[in-house]
Amino acid sequence: MTAIILLILPFLGALLTLLLSNKITKQIALGASILTFLYSIYTYFHFVQGSAAGLIFSTPWLEVPNISFSLEIDGLSLLMLLLTNILTPIIILSGAGSTQKNIKALYTLILVMQGALNGVFMAADALIFYIFWEMVLIPIYFIAALWGTDYSREITFKFFVYALVGSLFMLISVIVLTLVAGSSSVHDIHSLSLTNWSQTLIFFGFFLAFAIKIPIVPLHTWQADTYTAAPTQGTMLLSSLMLKMGLYGFIRWLLPVVPFAIAQYTPIIITLGVIGVVYGAWIAIQQNNFKRLLAYSSLGHVGLIVAGIFTITSMGLIGASVQMIAHGVNVVGLFFAAEIVLRRTGTIDISALGGIREKAPWFSTYLFILVLAGLSLPLTNAFVGEFMLLFSVWQYNAALAVLAGTTVILAAVYLLRMFQRTLLGNSNTVTQEFHDLTLSEHLTFIPIIFMVLFFGVYPMPIIRLVEPVINQIIQLASI
Amino acid sequence: MAAESLYTAIIGLPLLGFLIIGFLKNKISDNIAGILASTMVLIPFLIVSSVFFSLVNGGSAIHYYLLNWFTVGHYSVDYGIQLDRLSVVMSLFITGVGFLIHLYSVSYMKGDKNFSTYFSYLNLFIFFMLVLVLSDNYLGMYIGWEGVGLCSYFLIGFWYKNNEYSNAGKKAFVMNRVGDLGFMVGMFYVFYYTGSLEFVKVEQAIGMGAMTPIVLMIAASMLFVGATGKSAQIPLFTWLPDAMAGPTPVSALIHAATMVTAGIYMVIRSNFLYSLAPEVLNVVGIIGVASALYAAIVGMTQNDIKKVLAYSTVSQLGLMFLALGVGAYVTALFHVLTHAFFKALLFLGAGSVMHAVGGEQDIRKMGGLRKYMPITFATFLIASLAISGIPPFSGFFSKDEILAQAFQQNTLLWVLGLVASMMTAFYMFRLVFLTFYGDYRGNDDSKQKIHESPKLMTIPLVVLAILATVAGTLGLPHVLNMPHLLNDFLSPILASSARPQGHLEASTEFMLMGIATGGALVSIAIAYMMYISKKRVPDEDANYSGLTKVAYHKFYIDELYNAVIVRPMQWCSEFFHKVIDKVVVDGIVNMTGKASLLASDIVRTSQTGYTAFYILAMVLSACFILGYFFIGS
Amino acid sequence: MNIEIISGVSVQAYIWLSLILFAIGVFGVLSRKNAIVIFMSVELMLNAANLLLVAFSKMYADTSAQVFVMFTMAVAAAEVAVGLAILVLMYRNTKTVNIDVLSKIKG
Repeated sequence: MTAIILLILPFLGALLTLLLSNKITKQIALGASILTFLYSIYTYFHFVQGSAAGLIFSTPWLEVPNISFSLEIDGLSLLMLLLTNILTPIIILSGAGSTQKNIKALYTLILVMQGALNGVFMAADALIFYIFWEMVLIPIYFIAALWGTDYSREITFKFFVYALVGSLFMLISVIVLTLVAGSSSVHDIHSLSLTNWSQTLIFFGFFLAFAIKIPIVPLHTWQADTYTAAPTQGTMLLSSLMLKMGLYGFIRWLLPVVPFAIAQYTPIIITLGVIGVVYGAWIAIQQNNFKRLLAYSSLGHVGLIVAGIFTITSMGLIGASVQMIAHGVNVVGLFFAAEIVLRRTGTIDISALGGIREKAPWFSTYLFILVLAGLSLPLTNAFVGEFMLLFSVWQYNAALAVLAGTTVILAAVYLLRMFQRTLLGNSNTVTQEFHDLTLSEHLTFIPIIFMVLFFGVYPMPIIRLVEPVINQIIQLASI
Repeated sequence: MAAESLYTAIIGLPLLGFLIIGFLKNKISDNIAGILASTMVLIPFLIVSSVFFSLVNGGSAIHYYLLNWFTVGHYSVDYGIQLDRLSVVMSLFITGVGFLIHLYSVSYMKGDKNFSTYFSYLNLFIFFMLVLVLSDNYLGMYIGWEGVGLCSYFLIGFWYKNNEYSNAGKKAFVMNRVGDLGFMVGMFYVFYYTGSLEFVKVEQAIGMGAMTPIVLMIAASMLFVGATGKSAQIPLFTWLPDAMAGPTPVSALIHAATMVTAGIYMVIRSNFLYSLAPEVLNVVGIIGVASALYAAIVGMTQNDIKKVLAYSTVSQLGLMFLALGVGAYVTALFHVLTHAFFKALLFLGAGSVMHAVGGEQDIRKMGGLRKYMPITFATFLIASLAISGIPPFSGFFSKDEILAQAFQQNTLLWVLGLVASMMTAFYMFRLVFLTFYGDYRGNDDSKQKIHESPKLMTIPLVVLAILATVAGTLGLPHVLNMPHLLNDFLSPILASSARPQGHLEASTEFMLMGIATGGALVSIAIAYMMYISKKRVPDEDANYSGLTKVAYHKFYIDELYNAVIVRPMQWCSEFFHKVIDKVVVDGIVNMTGKASLLASDIVRTSQTGYTAFYILAMVLSACFILGYFFIGS
Repeated sequence: MNIEIISGVSVQAYIWLSLILFAIGVFGVLSRKNAIVIFMSVELMLNAANLLLVAFSKMYADTSAQVFVMFTMAVAAAEVAVGLAILVLMYRNTKTVNIDVLSKIKG
């Protein structure tokens, strides 16, 4: 029942938002998303590791092929649900001060996206997973295309085609799996033993879809453009949540299913991940566009997560889980900072800014804490994850780990450069009128900052939540 | 439990101070902020003192856990606090010197717009520094390690409106991060092979042979990379001279007395590792002595009072690494201690001078200040004598011990160390003579305003001067038949790993002392002849030539790094972005799109739009399919 | 080949007849430009198929084929209705029923 409630609440919210008056759109949307969040928190506190009571929902859908509409919540799902449902209210709240047109449609779409994401993270059936996976694409496409900058339609179209191509290959893999297993249930699929050849085929189908969403170098060229062109709320959804679908997909739908193919392609993928780390950070060094800089830095951070996942060690996978949360939280905060700069000054070109620290000390403090998290300084949430990921990659190959570790240095270069250019120095005509945060902006930042510090000091809740699932998956994934 | 919360207060109070002042900085007056911040350092100092005395009286070390940080499988890291003999000595002088510098800052920073922000940063720094030395494991140490780097970034760029200063802060941070990567990789080796990061457990595991010699070597050298970053040794030292952009008390606290010695602390703490990796220790010694020499040469040509002191710090740190390199951990710590006193004193004295002459830092525009500011002069002179190694000041004992230890290991190291320390004497007295003797060379306007600094500034100077004078008694040389207090205090925890320290014969030891002292005196005499007798004043920057010019420009190391690392990196970044990303990768992606468009162009010509054609095509296709099946069957 | 006789006529004759009708239909569809004629030709083809179905139904004494023919006729009727409506509209817009005029869907 829990699962179905978590799925339906956002959709109900979306419906309400669509039907009720324009004036309270934001409040309704916020209320609905917070309700979902509260319910997922409630679920978290009643969650017992290993017990499935109330957390499974399954009803037959088609008999041939055997597909049932089934949702399941285990530790990993719950973690992703919590992330989704914590961040969605924050993302909705972040729009409080914006003046967008047609907000009814916008907030409906955001809530639909929340519902679809919840579906992705709960799906216990490959086809249901696929359906929700595609369902996520629709709202985010419209959000990015309709509320973005002038040239966003073209860019979003490219992103859409990119994502769709990947998904189609995944659909083929799903169909093959369903045919072989006789059912598309996750348990049947996990217990399959496939021939090496079909593993390879299925692997590539899934991999392409996941790798595009994440994205993994060299499938990343949609990312920076889309992040820049989309409205900030869209960018937040893309980077903090949609991206996690790919990582989650790797852990849930790829590692346990095709262990042979994974073992074969691990070296390539880890290398690609590490290349992404260095490549993304390196490009970020010279970026002047705030959002683009964040996009490339995200490319780097996520590359490390991918590399960690494919080490198939509990250190790597748990590090990835911790880092997924950290990355999700931090990018929302950082993009929100970019949004504030954009709202106040009309530009996100950091070379045009400066002197904001003096004008807006609170904003600067928050942004600095987020920058510290971006630098993965100890006691911020990104540190533990990065340490674990680097450690796991190091166990795989020391040289790769050192290469990936250069992110420690490069991140300092580009983030401090960004920080200095925007906040320090003397204020100029652009930043002259910069005023400090409003109440709703404070309210948006505070939960983010809280999570940055809390999970930095004490990441154990995350680790405890996912550890049993991760161990199971590693068992399935090791041949 | 009560006792534990008392010890936790050692690190908790400075953090509390940071939070209170940070949150209330607009609501509380500057004075309250200053007093609060100082108190938050004084109380930990008192607590640490009590622990120190209990240890002196044979009490046992304190070690307890606060919280489990993370556990994955059998890898687990706790927040743990360890107050053993080594960390107590470190925290004693961190809080002690820290407190004095807090006091000094109250007066020095008076009137600054961001006065309370400054104090919140200082408290934060003390917090992280204490975390660094009190943590019971490498990762905890790493928290402090990164944290002090962060505070250093804040404080170097404290006057954030100045872009140069911010750049200096950034440079310090990034360069430290290069070292941090090494530290982290070193931790990976330790963690993987010993299964723990806790010093006690790591030591046990290594004792049981958890790491092969090769692994030990790699781990130790990786950790040492971290130390070179934080302690400004070759090749990661160029940030320290630039770090002088910060307020002078910050230079005294962070960039002289405490933070930069973190690398040395780390090596001493890891002595169980290093003692088993003698090759790495050799490298440590060589890097140390090279840094000492290099910085001393550059220091002799600098004209900025703070830059001279900065290079002298690099040089002294180099000597400490030399001591580590010959396995003399206690000696290194001894020099860390004495150096903390006299170098902090030098910086505070320099701050006092700058305070008096209106912020001027160029010693060519000073001179004759002796008459105007006697206390500053006297304390500065004491510190200079100490750093030059003139008996009976503290620097003599610690430096002599380093040189004696080096002599036992390797005569060449001793010679180089001796040369470096002679140069130290020269440039320090060059500084003293140019600043305090002769006639004032600034303009008349500023001459009117020269004054002795207020009490709040001179008291810390005097206290530090006393400490710089008497601290030598902590480690009296063997020949005097007096106890080496520091060695005795630390021997329980360092005995297991220190190299066998055969004592030199008394005559040799006296000879070494004589040579060192004589050398220093000769250097001072040369400085005296050049700058007092001949009244020389260094030339304008442009007039330098030959070797002096090269040395003045720090051997163009900054330029070299810029040309070899920074600029190529920027080019590569542009190249990656504009060529690889936009043209190559995206080009391929777009080409896929274009290819499908092209294909569709070709295929769509078949759509003529004539119904008749479609019908014909349909019929023919039907015929074809039917024909195929007929023939097929 | 087993030749059956239906109402005095051999089944082969039915086959030939429907074949000829179908061929005429195909020829009509292909050769004519007038949409109405094409339409009639299509009907002819349908009926050729129906004829064949009925003939075989009789031969095997199986009525399901006749049910099928009923369906076909019903569908054909619906098709005529829709098709003629389209033609009327086409005529209104273009004043002609020549199919070559309709080339807007050229790719």
